[in-house]
Amino acid sequence: MRLEYFQLIDRIVDLNLAEQTIRTEARVPTTSTIFEGHFPGFPLMPGALLIEAMAQTAGWLVIGVTKFTRMPFFAALKETKLRAFVAPGQALSLSAKLLHEGSGYAVAKADIRCEGKLTCNAEITFRLVEFPNAEFRASMEKMAAILEFPMGALAHG
Amino acid sequence: MPSTFDTVANIISETCDIPRETIKPESHAINDLGIDSLDFLDIAFAIDKAFGIKMPLEQWTQEVNDGKATTEQYFQLNNLCTRIDELVAAKGA
Repeated sequence: MRLEYFQLIDRIVDLNLAEQTIRTEARVPTTSTIFEGHFPGFPLMPGALLIEAMAQTAGWLVIGVTKFTRMPFFAALKETKLRAFVAPGQALSLSAKLLHEGSGYAVAKADIRCEGKLTCNAEITFRLVEFPNAEFRASMEKMAAILEFPMGALAHG
Repeated sequence: MPSTFDTVANIISETCDIPRETIKPESHAINDLGIDSLDFLDIAFAIDKAFGIKMPLEQWTQEVNDGKATTEQYFQLNNLCTRIDELVAAKGA
């Protein structure tokens, strides 16, 4: 997890296109300037970034389901619950399931667990658009490789 | 069994908090009811689920943008309901 680069997940653990599910993992860094303000003497992973981590997890699922033909952009958030504090250094297990792939949009539910305990969950809607330009697509493919996105699964999904 | 229009009107009313009685078959979702594109995603999700279809919104939007269709053809509710009925019929064919 590199908070300053908005990279909120570390690795894609499993992408199941038949079940339309994904699992990712991430570890909250032990130090970050963010924790200096959030909060002094009581560092916590901001809820907004936990939501972003769920959105990135669900977003990679959508990219997989649409076989890298569409880029999902965060559009709406529902039924969001931040159930427990997340501290620096904690390991996160994230998962998402696609509820519906519509035309130009997708809806997924996602959650984060810490040591097996449900920590937060939400329903996320994405707008799906074609990649705006080649540079952006290339950067997403590069990130996919870093996260160990299983490109081979797209051919068989 | 409610008509397609009743189902769609109820979805719009609940999703966008628009009084049900103001939603007419001749209402234009955008021009008359003021539904924006983000709210329409919620409506599309509810319609897709209710009818078990996938409304081709990308195709419709492209046709409008290309001048091959008007927004009335897809977003006036009586026309939208006709499209939905066609999609439901095609699914069962």
